[in-house]
Amino acid sequence: MTLTLDAPRIVTTHPLLQVRNVSKSYGSVKALRDVSALAYPGEVLGIVGESGSGKSTLLRMMNLEETPNTGSYTLDLPDVSGNLFDLDRFARRMLCATRIGIVYQNPHLGLLMKHSSSGNVAERLLVAGERSFAVLRAKATAALEASEFPLDRLDAPPIELSGGMQQRVQLAKAIALEPALLLLDEPTTGLDVSVQALVLDTLKRLQQERRITMVIVSHDLGVIKTLADRVMVMRGGAVVEAGLADQIFQDPQHAYTQQLVHAKL
Amino acid sequence: MTLKTLTKPWEPMSYGFLDGSAKREIRRKMIKAIAVPGCQMPYASREVPMARGWGTGGLQVSLTLVNPSMRVKVIDQGADDSVNAASIRRFIARVAGTPTTMDTLDADLIQSRHRIPEEVLREDQVLVLQVPNPEPLRPVQPNMSIARQMHADADYGRMWLQLYEQIVRSGRVMQGASYPSLVHGRHVMTPSPIPRWDVPKLHMAKHLTILSAGREKRIFAVPPFTRVEPLVFSDVPYRVEEHAELTCHRSGTRGFFMNEIPQDNGTSTFEVSDSEWGVKSIRRRDGEDVALGETWYKNGKMSS
Repeated sequence: MTLTLDAPRIVTTHPLLQVRNVSKSYGSVKALRDVSALAYPGEVLGIVGESGSGKSTLLRMMNLEETPNTGSYTLDLPDVSGNLFDLDRFARRMLCATRIGIVYQNPHLGLLMKHSSSGNVAERLLVAGERSFAVLRAKATAALEASEFPLDRLDAPPIELSGGMQQRVQLAKAIALEPALLLLDEPTTGLDVSVQALVLDTLKRLQQERRITMVIVSHDLGVIKTLADRVMVMRGGAVVEAGLADQIFQDPQHAYTQQLVHAKL
Repeated sequence: MTLKTLTKPWEPMSYGFLDGSAKREIRRKMIKAIAVPGCQMPYASREVPMARGWGTGGLQVSLTLVNPSMRVKVIDQGADDSVNAASIRRFIARVAGTPTTMDTLDADLIQSRHRIPEEVLREDQVLVLQVPNPEPLRPVQPNMSIARQMHADADYGRMWLQLYEQIVRSGRVMQGASYPSLVHGRHVMTPSPIPRWDVPKLHMAKHLTILSAGREKRIFAVPPFTRVEPLVFSDVPYRVEEHAELTCHRSGTRGFFMNEIPQDNGTSTFEVSDSEWGVKSIRRRDGEDVALGETWYKNGKMSS
């Protein structure tokens, strides 16, 4: 049997990503309340919610930038085991540098704005130990090409690029090492509609071609509907509803989800 | 028992200018630096009668190491006779009563700014390099707390990124002096602003090199027979300055690091940067019985 692009994406019963009962407080503010999430290999988990609902905090935890007060996080990958929140700083850095890619809403967080675009991608390869200039150049070019970045701007610094181009450089950097997990934090926010559509098309194509497991955070239900197989709706730091995307969009159960879906559609 | 018997007679200053506790601290930090090659050790840099940035770090190390039987040589960008080198040499001789020399072969302790002599240093010699900025990560990470974490993690990818950017923009590695180098396969250090020509002289050298930054309060070291490898890409070899074919217009020596002297007609002449090597070469040419030591470079090529 051959697997076509339209075949169901869930091909295993073991989730790649499992976040269990995560809570996080900043002083008296409860950012996350007993949040659990899972994503299967090759599928896209969309996290939607209003500003301050805790979705970006959850994403930062998946990128091991933050540690919760309680809860666990596992990735079903070779030579990765146990609760990832228990890893030390060095192990976290190496795991994130080699197995997890992230695209931030704000490109200044993810890019060295004065280095060349290809250099930004090369940096990720350098952290993984690549030391051949020719290989770095070739792999950086390939990643940027896959992100539909114009190759005549290969060595332009991101500071000279438009917002959409900067997001493509971030995307190329994130996929350069073929990560098992790609985290996207509001990747299209602040872009005009036509550029948004182009970035979404690129993400969709990459997801279909490479079968990367993605977690995408957005307050835009349209973006989630375009990409996600599974949806989590968050409000006030808690998950109010979670399920398959079709189920959530066609038959929302929670009043807040109904409000969101009807407001959009 | 009187107060007089319990205290030392008054002295205008300690031997070697620095007081005993300062020397003890610097010695301890030097031992630590030697134990972890290339790793920067903080120390309480003392005041010396010289402005910060003029070699106070090197001077403190020299004053700590010096003893009355040590022959001291001081050079500044290769020259023994520059104002700074002459002043430091006279100061050390005055406060420590040490004999001084300009001949690399005769020296026990060599304090240098920005050069390593052309003659091979021996096991019994110590090279003290003055360092203006000891942190190789500063150009890529201005936050020193994060830079220290990067050293702890051996996270040096950004150093290669800097070289990558230079090749992309200029077609070659543009880093001249202070070429970042990996010491003993662990810590990246800046070998002070010595030219690229001098960096291979530190690799598996017989002598001890101590690098000290007075303003930045850091000491680090390259012990004898330690690997010092300039950061390079596997397919872009390390290159030293192209001085192999240049001839010194004074001494006639060839194949050593040269100073360029621009002429009024737009051309340049060159003179050998290691001034004492040039002087000895001239004296030998004139028939004097002068000992010339073995050199690191032979016919412009680094001898292995």
